[in-house]
Amino acid sequence: MAGSKLSINDLHVEIEGKEILKGVNLEIKGGEIHAIMGPNGTGKSTLSSAIMGHPKYEVTKGSVTLDGDDVLEMEVDERARAGLFLAMQYPSEISGVTNADFLRSAINSRQEEGNEISLMKFIRKMDSKMEFLEMDQDMAQRYLNEGFSGGEKKRNEILQLMMLEPKIAILDEIDSGLDIDALKVVSKGINDMRGEDFGCLIITHYQRLLNYITPDYVHVMMQGRIVKSGGPELAQRLESEGYDWIKKELGIEDETVGQEA
Amino acid sequence: MSTETKLPFDKEYIRSFSKDMGEPAWLTEFRLQALEISENLPMPKPDKTNIKNWNFTQFNQHIVASEDFSSLNELPDEVKTLINLEATEHNLYIQRNNRPTYLAVSKELQENGVIFTDIFTAAREHSDLLQKYFMTKGVKADENKLTALHAALVNGGAFLYIPKNVEVSQPIQAIYLHDNQNTTLFNHVIVVAEDNSSVTYVENYVSTMDSANGVFNIVTEVIAGPGSKVQYGAVDTLAKGLTGYVNRRGIADRDARIEWALGLMNNSNTIYENVTNLMGDGSFGDSKTVVVGNGEQTQNFTTSIVHFGKSSEGYILKHGVVKDSATTIFNGIGKIEHGASKSNAEQESRVLMLNEKARGDANPILLIDEDDVTAGHAASVGRVDPLQLYYLMSRGIPKTEAERLVIHGFLAPVVNALPIEGVKKQLVEVIERKVR
Repeated sequence: MAGSKLSINDLHVEIEGKEILKGVNLEIKGGEIHAIMGPNGTGKSTLSSAIMGHPKYEVTKGSVTLDGDDVLEMEVDERARAGLFLAMQYPSEISGVTNADFLRSAINSRQEEGNEISLMKFIRKMDSKMEFLEMDQDMAQRYLNEGFSGGEKKRNEILQLMMLEPKIAILDEIDSGLDIDALKVVSKGINDMRGEDFGCLIITHYQRLLNYITPDYVHVMMQGRIVKSGGPELAQRLESEGYDWIKKELGIEDETVGQEA
Repeated sequence: MSTETKLPFDKEYIRSFSKDMGEPAWLTEFRLQALEISENLPMPKPDKTNIKNWNFTQFNQHIVASEDFSSLNELPDEVKTLINLEATEHNLYIQRNNRPTYLAVSKELQENGVIFTDIFTAAREHSDLLQKYFMTKGVKADENKLTALHAALVNGGAFLYIPKNVEVSQPIQAIYLHDNQNTTLFNHVIVVAEDNSSVTYVENYVSTMDSANGVFNIVTEVIAGPGSKVQYGAVDTLAKGLTGYVNRRGIADRDARIEWALGLMNNSNTIYENVTNLMGDGSFGDSKTVVVGNGEQTQNFTTSIVHFGKSSEGYILKHGVVKDSATTIFNGIGKIEHGASKSNAEQESRVLMLNEKARGDANPILLIDEDDVTAGHAASVGRVDPLQLYYLMSRGIPKTEAERLVIHGFLAPVVNALPIEGVKKQLVEVIERKVR
């Protein structure tokens, strides 16, 4: 097996004492692209935040492992260095730290001391990825996400993805707030990453992103659980028929689990 | 034995010191009068810091003996990193404790009539010029007990004079080296820029020991003539254990610009005052300050820009990091006097606290006595945002490095404004040491 394996077993997660995830099971392997769909407030973003280790989310039960290693025992930065990546729905703005300095620190955090990436090599890589994502060259010297438009922030998340080359990436609503051109560019970036060594979990409300990135598996989340799984055809059916048929099939009246952060 | 209110140095001492330094009679007289009034003047009252128990007046030695350096290569490393040893020409003054020990002024500047020298030489060789500017237009001796004491006891400093229409392209640098436990510093720095001239002056206060005893009472006066431009950079890194009063003031004439970039990194208790008086129409003042408080130190920073001239512009930007059980108080005052119409006063003060015990305060004050003006302020006191750390860490950056990035980013707007590369680098290193 070339790629990595992220295993999520019976995951229960609380935020401020309220249980949001109620037993999620999912396995993502290198080479696979999974999509989790579902209406607002069903726990999709909570799943991504809990996997990455967001300080507000508390795992109360279950396990997450990456190639057998216990992810939940790791600090956030250790999870990243182990090979996880989360493209965030709302990336933080950090004043005074340039995009380039930030990315170099991130890359060097993965290197042994004394074995840091050379400046020239870094610049070449960053330039080529930025060009691929049709980003202005001055974005490298702008402060991290500060004053970026919604679309620029999302492109910048994909830039980081391409620079850091994680084993497993989770993309949390990477398509929200993007116009069609930006959506195409972002999809181009993700498709470029596709390969044996790269597994991906795409979280989205809408089918439209999946017109550009064909998933191998599609899951539907409701009430803090994955309630249905299938292939790409499931996404198409959701697009044309909505979610009501699933609710009916499963006897669900209210699909939400309180407020989703 | 001296009691608490009695000063350790009397008229006899001052008269003989002034004579030993070969000072003109007016300066001796000025010192003596200042000493006399100092007894009855009140202490300065920095807002929100009680300095009642701070020792600004008791010290044992007014002058400590220091050796000269035989060459720049003999300088301690802390000083060497600040200067470009490769350069063939310097505009550089180095003072070791109270002793002027090195001075270089390029031929070009000399030919253009630029004067750059230590304050004692200025008193001997440029007496009239010094008399015109010494505590007459900027800071006055009778403002408070400490300014009076300063006038009486000046024991170091520099004088920089730029004649009309002379534009100095290279920064002029002064380094005040503090390497004796008992040094007391009463440095007086005067920068005069005549009509339509321009200059950049950068000074460093460097202690080569961790802690010391003593008092420092430092006054700077920048006098910017019509149409002139003065950039004033400073990085202060004085040792723990001292007690400090630092008063840097600028006076801007018509269409003059004064820009301050101050990296205030002392480890001691310090009261800072930075006032820019925009006297002339169309004058411009910009004051950028960056501060790190650590250990148990208490520091108070008052930055004030006062608008007298019409269409004058004043900008205050202060960013401070506080850690351990240090206290940092920011007072920012934008004042627009009656008649200063079409003026603009803006200020921003931000304090970032790194520990539970660290204390920070930012007090923005706007005092406006004119209708047709614009003004604004922003202030915040807070802690490092956990979501920012989460974001950086989610890319693999360890927590300590993530904090370091956030702190450096927070201080960057001022650090980047410093005009000399070596000094900028040194400031970054000092920040690194102080926040670690």
